[in-house]
Amino acid sequence: MTTIRVTDLTKDYTIRKGMRRGAFRAVDGVSFDLVPGRTIALVGESGSGKSTIARMLSRLEKPTSGQIDVTLDDGTPMPRSLYRRHVQMVFQDPFASLNPFHSIEHHIARPIRIHRRASGAVAVHEKVLSMLDRVNLTPAEDVAIRRPHELSGGQRQRVAIARALAPGAEVLIADEPVSMLDVSIRLGVLNLLGRLQREDNLALLYITHDLATARHFSDEILVLYHGRVVERGPADDVILNPQHDYTRLLAIAAPDPEKIGKVVSSEAAPDRSTLDNSICYNHFTQSWESSEREPARA
Amino acid sequence: MTNLAPRTEPNVPDATMALATAAAERGRKPRSPWRMMLPTMTPWLAFGLVLVGGIALFGIIGPLLVQDPTTIRDSGLQPPSAEHILGTTQTGQDVFAQLAFATAGSLQIGLIVGVLATILSAFFGILGAYIGGFADEAFSLFSNVFLVIPGLPLVIVISGFVPQAQRGLWTIAVVLAITGWAASSRVLRAQTLSIRNRDYVAASRVAGERAGRVIAVEILPNLLPVLASQFVFAVIAAILGEAGLSFLGLGASNSSTLGTMLFYAQNGFALSLGAWWWFVPPGLIIALFGMGLSLINFSIDEIINPKLKNVRLHRKRARVAARLERSRVTRERKAAA
Amino acid sequence: MTISEETRTRTGSDRPAVISIEDLSVVYEVDHPVTAVKNASFSLAPGEILGLAGESGCGKTTLAYAINRLHKPPARISSGSITFHDRDGSDLDLMALNEDQLRAFRWTKLSMVFQGAMNALNPVTTVRAQLDDVLLTHRPEMSKKERTQRAGDVLERVGVDRRRLHSYPHELSGGMRQRVMIAMAMLLEPQVMIMDEPTTALDVVVQRDILREIVRLRDELDFAVIFITHDLPLLLEISDRIAIMLRGEIVELGTADRIYRAPEHEYTRQLLSSFPSLSGSRGAFIRTGDDEGQVQRS
Repeated sequence: MTTIRVTDLTKDYTIRKGMRRGAFRAVDGVSFDLVPGRTIALVGESGSGKSTIARMLSRLEKPTSGQIDVTLDDGTPMPRSLYRRHVQMVFQDPFASLNPFHSIEHHIARPIRIHRRASGAVAVHEKVLSMLDRVNLTPAEDVAIRRPHELSGGQRQRVAIARALAPGAEVLIADEPVSMLDVSIRLGVLNLLGRLQREDNLALLYITHDLATARHFSDEILVLYHGRVVERGPADDVILNPQHDYTRLLAIAAPDPEKIGKVVSSEAAPDRSTLDNSICYNHFTQSWESSEREPARA
Repeated sequence: MTNLAPRTEPNVPDATMALATAAAERGRKPRSPWRMMLPTMTPWLAFGLVLVGGIALFGIIGPLLVQDPTTIRDSGLQPPSAEHILGTTQTGQDVFAQLAFATAGSLQIGLIVGVLATILSAFFGILGAYIGGFADEAFSLFSNVFLVIPGLPLVIVISGFVPQAQRGLWTIAVVLAITGWAASSRVLRAQTLSIRNRDYVAASRVAGERAGRVIAVEILPNLLPVLASQFVFAVIAAILGEAGLSFLGLGASNSSTLGTMLFYAQNGFALSLGAWWWFVPPGLIIALFGMGLSLINFSIDEIINPKLKNVRLHRKRARVAARLERSRVTRERKAAA
Repeated sequence: MTISEETRTRTGSDRPAVISIEDLSVVYEVDHPVTAVKNASFSLAPGEILGLAGESGCGKTTLAYAINRLHKPPARISSGSITFHDRDGSDLDLMALNEDQLRAFRWTKLSMVFQGAMNALNPVTTVRAQLDDVLLTHRPEMSKKERTQRAGDVLERVGVDRRRLHSYPHELSGGMRQRVMIAMAMLLEPQVMIMDEPTTALDVVVQRDILREIVRLRDELDFAVIFITHDLPLLLEISDRIAIMLRGEIVELGTADRIYRAPEHEYTRQLLSSFPSLSGSRGAFIRTGDDEGQVQRS
């Protein structure tokens, strides 16, 4: 099974202000491993760099520095031409990630054909139907001929998942897969991802801003703040025993039904202006790691 | 001009409308994507289609049915009669017959220029926008240069440059196409940039689709309404441009178009002699054809920007709903009194 | 749907309700008329925070617009009444007001913070000018100095520095813009404020701050709030009572505590179970891999 090792991933953007050019570092020295059968959650708010990491992993953007090493089953490095076959992405917005012009069948058949998972019209069609069955979009024949605007948000996201798995991907990057869905169907889609991961032994990167689902759905959590990882560790450890101030801030701020009537929390919230993202607490080694980073280059 | 606004936050009426439409469509066989692209039939669209269709038919079949337009007779400048439906020209030629051939000529030019200009604008607009980077900058600069150069004077200069003998239909068509593609390419570039950033294009790239197929299969179908609209604009501009050129005497030398008809009418002092049957029909055909094409374009606009369709549908519904609500309030007040 | 007896009791003392809604229905007159709100009935006590929970398409925004009589054709109120019980003792039938009376009523007695309000500020005028506009319209007798003073006061009330009066909207962060919108709604000290998803697009930490402000302001100024959102845990924390809407109907209405501990309607239970808890045990979130994905016939 495919493994991805991300080392020191960094992404700089140039911002132009009039005649001057500055650099903005969106992602700064992020490292993690994606291993078959494990779900890693990348938790952060908007501007933390999590979507940029997703785009770099799916090769929509090139990293400024750092490595993304993909290793196959037998330990050999994977040739670049096979990257897209092994690594796929589910996008955040179910309303935008499907082309309104094409049928569902087209969306799933294209990756099948490109990566030669089946050949010949009949075999491809059969594979499309079987993928739709796997994501519980039944009756598959009925769904395949429809176009995106005829499906609900949850159904569209299932199609997106089917499309991502169609090439036979072994690493799945889910970029906020349920944040734009109605609340009551989020569970269903997340459970689907969990089931598919177990069935195919996928390596799953779950990107979200929602601490609660990250906790229940993943094995390991990485907390991102302004492009750097400030805390990492097993899910329960990070949530129930946060060490970094930012993680504590997130945990306090998240709405919790157990806190009925207690809007003004008794815990003192850490002051946002004093947050330091050059240090990271690693629950695996139970130690603080600090990193001196070079400034962004234009 | 069409609204190329990207997706904004859904508002309540649109969302409810979407729910109602979805409810209505459920259970019915899904329509093919091509069918979805066609505009809904409205009285305006029907009128436009009738105008365009009628004039096109006249231009295609007319020349086969009318008498020879070049026959010179003694009876010059005769008003419409039984023998000559639209009277005769100064040299006794049948105006109606001339009109048929002229319409055919103008339609030909319109079509050729439309196609050429659309191909040029599609190439410089879409391709540049998709590739991005230096190619985009270069193509964009190129289009802007052509945009800034004044169209009609350039056409006149180029036309005047080519000696009369070689100034055929195709020359004029090429000249008009070269001077008219730039505005279109800016529109297509903007639209392509907007589509290129959509998630479904990124998704197809992540799925492994090659650039050529991404443009052809993902981007182009969504550009079709805009392309169609630009094509129609190009045809209108071509016909008007050609009419202008010919009126100035710089038009195609060997063919007969509506513009050349007006040219001869002007030279034959038709206006001062009151021979309205000579210059009014060609002018009318130009105007009506342009109007018909514009009406068709309005309907295409509704596909490009579906909110325009809602505005039209809402206007009628809004009146109905407002009336119902007012009557309910007065009814209840009367009952309470 | 029967609504439990609690709707008839007031929260706490004998204070009369500030808004009573009786059997309100809103219909969209499209080709196949859609009933967006069906027979909604509830009353809002003074100083109460009433949460209106539901997912997309349930009619909560339509209901909010209808209360304000902001709904535009083809939407129309097909039945029911909305009565405003003023502080001074008079009762206003909102359906009977004409345009001028409505304009006088809106913003002085009842104001609204719209969905996506962060983008509702005019980008080319300063904050001061926009707040000034509201005061000019409704309190023409105030002098310019008084208006500026009042605008500054209200801004400080919501936690924005008075000096920000001279800023343009794009110079403020999302959270600050939202506070400005709330300030604008509070400018004339209305007795009721309707807030439609005021914090949805904001980061969870900023969201927490805004919620704190809203509750604090309510405590200080004693206005009632109808808080519309899909985020049930959030409502559980801040609301006195919660109404759950499904497909245009209010299917359950009760105190926040009761809704959480003893939900009666199936849909309420389903909504509650969609939110995994941060602090409870990990198994509290169902992860059976079971999910429904049939083509919905809702």
